[in-house]
Amino acid sequence: MTTRTTAAATLLAATLAAVAAPAHADWSALNMTPGVTELSKEIFDLHMTIFWVCVWIGVAVFSVMIYSIVRFRKSTGAVADTNLTHNTGIEVAWTIVPVGILIAMAVPAARVLLNIEDMRNTELTIKVTGYQWKWQYQYLDSNVSFFSTLDRASDAARQLQSGIDPHTVPHYLQNVDNYLVVPEDTKVRLLLTAQDVIHAWWVPAFGMKRDAIPGSVNELWFKVDPGKTGIYRGQCAELCGRDHGFMPIVVEVKTKADYAAWIKSKESQLKQAAAPEAAPASGVAG
Amino acid sequence: MAHDHTHSFDSSTDGTHATDATTAVHDHDHKPHGWRRWVYATNHKDIGTMYLVFACLMWFIGGAMAMVIRLELFQPGLQFVDPQFFNSMTTMHALFMIFGGVMPAWTGLANWMIPMQVGAPDMALPRLNNFSFWILPFAFTILFATLFVPGGGPAGGWTLYPPLSVQFGDAFPMTIFAIHLMGASSILGAINVIVTIMNMRAPGLSLLRMPLFVWAWLITAYLLIAVMPVLAGAVTMLLTDHFFGTTFFSASGGGDPVMFQHIFWFFGHPEVYILILPAFGVISEIIPTFSRKPLFGYGPMVYATASIAFLSFIVWAHHMFTTGMPLASELFFMLSTMLIAIPTGVKVFNWCATMWKGSLSFETPMLFALAFLFLFTIGGFSGLMLGIVPADFQYQDTYFVVAHFHYVLVPGAVFAIQAAVYYWLPKWTGRMYDETLGKWHFWLSAISVNVLFFPQHFLGLAGMPRRIPDYAVQFADWNMVSSIGGFVYGASQLLFPYIIWKCARAGQRATGRVWEGAHGLEWELPSPAPYHSWSEPPSPAIIARGAEH
Repeated sequence: MTTRTTAAATLLAATLAAVAAPAHADWSALNMTPGVTELSKEIFDLHMTIFWVCVWIGVAVFSVMIYSIVRFRKSTGAVADTNLTHNTGIEVAWTIVPVGILIAMAVPAARVLLNIEDMRNTELTIKVTGYQWKWQYQYLDSNVSFFSTLDRASDAARQLQSGIDPHTVPHYLQNVDNYLVVPEDTKVRLLLTAQDVIHAWWVPAFGMKRDAIPGSVNELWFKVDPGKTGIYRGQCAELCGRDHGFMPIVVEVKTKADYAAWIKSKESQLKQAAAPEAAPASGVAG
Repeated sequence: MAHDHTHSFDSSTDGTHATDATTAVHDHDHKPHGWRRWVYATNHKDIGTMYLVFACLMWFIGGAMAMVIRLELFQPGLQFVDPQFFNSMTTMHALFMIFGGVMPAWTGLANWMIPMQVGAPDMALPRLNNFSFWILPFAFTILFATLFVPGGGPAGGWTLYPPLSVQFGDAFPMTIFAIHLMGASSILGAINVIVTIMNMRAPGLSLLRMPLFVWAWLITAYLLIAVMPVLAGAVTMLLTDHFFGTTFFSASGGGDPVMFQHIFWFFGHPEVYILILPAFGVISEIIPTFSRKPLFGYGPMVYATASIAFLSFIVWAHHMFTTGMPLASELFFMLSTMLIAIPTGVKVFNWCATMWKGSLSFETPMLFALAFLFLFTIGGFSGLMLGIVPADFQYQDTYFVVAHFHYVLVPGAVFAIQAAVYYWLPKWTGRMYDETLGKWHFWLSAISVNVLFFPQHFLGLAGMPRRIPDYAVQFADWNMVSSIGGFVYGASQLLFPYIIWKCARAGQRATGRVWEGAHGLEWELPSPAPYHSWSEPPSPAIIARGAEH
């Protein structure tokens, strides 16, 4: 048995060594990140709590299993105690104790959930519409509205046998032409819907994922911590057809002042662009 | 030791069973030969063999599709397949593995083992048995053929969520028809199992003396009858939405796409237990045998299985937390989901207690059963994590979910099926398999399956969504590891049919008891078991010896 275990370990080591060769190795991506919002950090803490509970239960259960496997081997002369077939006390114990552990997990989970579903006092509302295969963002407090699609460099590289090495493309498959822009330290509400099939909007650093469903409107909120300006990336998380893997989400978080300047310039851009086309467009629509 | 069944049958115990059994079959096997033996098959062993061979074939086809998936995901960029074909591979892989691999394998094992374990000559409804099997090759031919029709195979995921699933081409009605056929087959098989267990048990073999495999299958059969019609209803509504102008799932006509998900998962969650409950049964047979000690806590094990089956009906919406449910529903489904951990824990603890103070040996079936115990528990932990709604908002639709359900289905259900085959193969063929090769098969499978699926936890937590043919470069390394694990796992499975073939052809002769610690009626029959298993019911003495727990 020892030789077999050694052989197994060697095989595993060889496998790992074989794949450890690439220099761009990113072996550190092992866990969820705490993210940059109030909710993402609460969710991360909850995730780590349940994770450690599972680890400790695992350590206990696997220890018993391993001890039994090592200690009660026929080959070392173990004789079975065939009278050991039931014990009501222990059955009750290992039913009741897990109930306690589960309640201890359910209480903090319910508390975070109540916060997630608390949509009151939002300061900015953006409507997000999923299409095959792009996102539309409409700032409901102003007239700003635009589409966000996979950037050209990624799009060229992702074609079948394109010959372009994805490692040479900055933010391969996680970059778009137009970023969603939001202010920091602001409770932003997203209203999610879709035009064709079901999509799901997800930015891991914000902690939240929710489906965008044709014919109904879902909502989620996030509030990016002050000082956490920057660019955050995610992608569609619900299978939505051929190019499901190619509709990323990029959010740029700006300071409140920068955001105000951005939305103002966006509004004036749209006004200029819309002015000459307004007359014929309204004729068609009428 | 096991050959004392010249049946000192005591006719005073029960009249009806005895006459049925003795008049039906007494002399020779009366089996047709050549192709008629299989096409006209009514014998539970022949049909069981066909189910198992069919399941193995479908398993390799579904496995080949998985190899395509892992090949494309080996590196970032699209090297081999178009995204649409990739999506049809993930969809078909799931349908082949669930409906073609695992479910028929369990039905095959039920066919082989239930009559032997309850002291019956055959299944109760042999012609129905023939029909339920022969539906399947047609169903899967139709499903496989979708790959060659305009628009390609179904590519919206095995969950068939509308509106996406309605975008399939000609594959759409074909897939739905195939699913209807599979459902019909499963329902007929389940009826047969229930009727057999309820009516064909040997006199004196009360319900609470039945082996756990029989118990698990009895409960599974009720689940099948309860939920397969629900799936049939859901896909029929999809069909009428597409072809007859109804709008059950289309918001444009007042319907709701999320309604489909509720109906689908009302089927889908019990379906998960349809795949795993028989595995619990198998593990509850194998661990006592190789621990040389009766199963610990027989009663609690039966009640735990029944509790899991009941709970499986009230947890379905945990598959759809991100669809935007009311807070009260989210809380309800989180708590009901967490409750499942309790009876599942009871099972794991009882298996541990069975090994405690036993006398363990590690033949191939035991190795697979032990790997099941460790790795299914890991799948249980990730399942518990997924049940926590706020955390699920991060996990949902990522590789974390893929890792979770593959842990419960591959080292869970598939390892249990392989454990069962190694365990009962000597009984079926009368010959022993090659233990060295069996151990090679086990170690290669157990190591590679972890290299394959464990890194997928990391990928999911790092933010990689499932069902994508290409990914951002930060996911490259663990995908490569996972693919290597996949190739090794896939290749090492070729040993499995070879070991079975070698055993059947030239294995050493097996005794009736086969395993030193084996208890149960099947081990009271000679190896190979006679064509009409128990042509006379086993005597109360044999039953008492078999049902020691």
